Amino acid sequence: MNWGTLENFLAMGGYATYVWGSYLVTLGVLIAELILLAQRRRRLLGELRARVGAEREVP
Amino acid sequence: MRVGFNWFKYSSPQTFFPLAGKVALAFGTVAVFACAFGLYIGFFVAPTDAQQGEAYRIIFIHVPAAWMSMFLYIVMAFWAGLGLAFNTRLSGMMASAIAPTGALFTFIALWTGSLWGKPTWGTWWVWDARLTSELILLFLYFGFMALQAAIDDPRRADKAGAVLALVGVVNIPIIYFSVKWWNTLHQGASVSFTKAPSMATTMFAGMIVMALGFWFYSIATALLRARCIMLERERTTDWAIQYAKGMA
Amino acid sequence: MLRALRSVIVRDLLLAVRRSSDVLTVLLFFVIVVSLFPLGIGPEPALLRTIAPGAIWVAALLASMLALQRVFAADHADGTLEQMLLGATPLGVVVAGKMLVHWLVTGLPLVLIAPVLALQFDLPQELLGVLTLSLALGTPVLGLIGAIGAALTLGLRGGGALLSLLVLPLYAPVLIMGAGATESAAVGLGGHAQLLLLGAFLVIAAAFAPWVAALALRISME
Repeated sequence: MNWGTLENFLAMGGYATYVWGSYLVTLGVLIAELILLAQRRRRLLGELRARVGAEREVP
Repeated sequence: MRVGFNWFKYSSPQTFFPLAGKVALAFGTVAVFACAFGLYIGFFVAPTDAQQGEAYRIIFIHVPAAWMSMFLYIVMAFWAGLGLAFNTRLSGMMASAIAPTGALFTFIALWTGSLWGKPTWGTWWVWDARLTSELILLFLYFGFMALQAAIDDPRRADKAGAVLALVGVVNIPIIYFSVKWWNTLHQGASVSFTKAPSMATTMFAGMIVMALGFWFYSIATALLRARCIMLERERTTDWAIQYAKGMA
Repeated sequence: MLRALRSVIVRDLLLAVRRSSDVLTVLLFFVIVVSLFPLGIGPEPALLRTIAPGAIWVAALLASMLALQRVFAADHADGTLEQMLLGATPLGVVVAGKMLVHWLVTGLPLVLIAPVLALQFDLPQELLGVLTLSLALGTPVLGLIGAIGAALTLGLRGGGALLSLLVLPLYAPVLIMGAGATESAAVGLGGHAQLLLLGAFLVIAAAFAPWVAALALRISME
């Protein structure tokens, strides 16, 4: 499929809102999922380390 | 007597945890390449559609996402059922790990379906069989996640979720066929996304490759989430604490 | 086993009779919700005739859900449920008995009053039979599926809303076939296919739901 120019590609035959709206939201949602997972992991590791610290305080 | 590869070694969170990490990385990498290739096919190889113009290119996300949403529910129910039958902790954790990813793909299927419907059929929502079934599937996912969130005891949450997921998976064909019937009854010769515009081989190839990409992405994400769940549930164990210290 | 079943049924019936306000609340809710549709949509007779099967079915569905929480809650609260778990009678049989009474007490009244409400919508008289039969077949299925949900959510916070979220997607086929039967008949196609499917749903649900609900009860109570 030869689009010719970048403008043609971005315009998607007039359906730009729908096509790019779909692709960008999909990309956004998948990346958001990964970011949320990373945050969850960081929080958990922090909690685990805090627990170790707390236990060490008790003689 | 030596017994080949010992699979059961990996049925404990402690041993599965590092394996999950490595497998997730592998599948994640392949997923990126697969999706890139799929998008290349979708935008630069597949031709313009005669009836729908460029709007049809949404199909390269919509259909794979819909396939994933249903496939993931079945896989989730499988793991949940395994956990219920054999009382294995890890199986229940896998089921819980898959659910949010499945729900996400269901949302993507609905969102792209809506954006595809507007230019093609004129409305932001079309009550066709596939979209309506996807909507009900989204509710099934939410129900599963809500039930597990409402139960504090992880063992009860796993088992209760398993019963719900199994009841759900048995009902999905019934739901799909009921909705299909309902759709034809009320619309007669109905328009449908399932009858894809004269599917050129390249279009089909693009969909398959994207589906593979989504599949590998799902495996990677589910495994990463399972690792988080393991850390949460095993927070009092040595290995988890050692791991956290090691990551400092 | 039959004697145990009978004693469960008799006990639950007696309890229901003593708490008859529960029954009436469900019935009144049904009537009120059905009356809300014209208020929301307008009194035009042709429109009301079209939406009648759907509106009545949705109202019946919602009314059924109202009563679901009570299936196990009372026995759970006073410890009877634990006794049932430990008892000699298979839990599935006990649950089946409870579900039967639940339907007699909350479902059957809806079935009986539905034709009257349908007349409010000026539904043609020849369609009343199909509507009533569809509800008669469908409301037990709703109760059976709902009981699984009630068992899973036993004692949880957010109970009622959570129960609805779990159970409503599973209700979709019953609603489609139930309302569809009368709608088909209205168009002249006859509602036989949908009614037969509803019958099939009922048989399958009656065979499996009590045991699944029993399993769910054990999970909730451990």
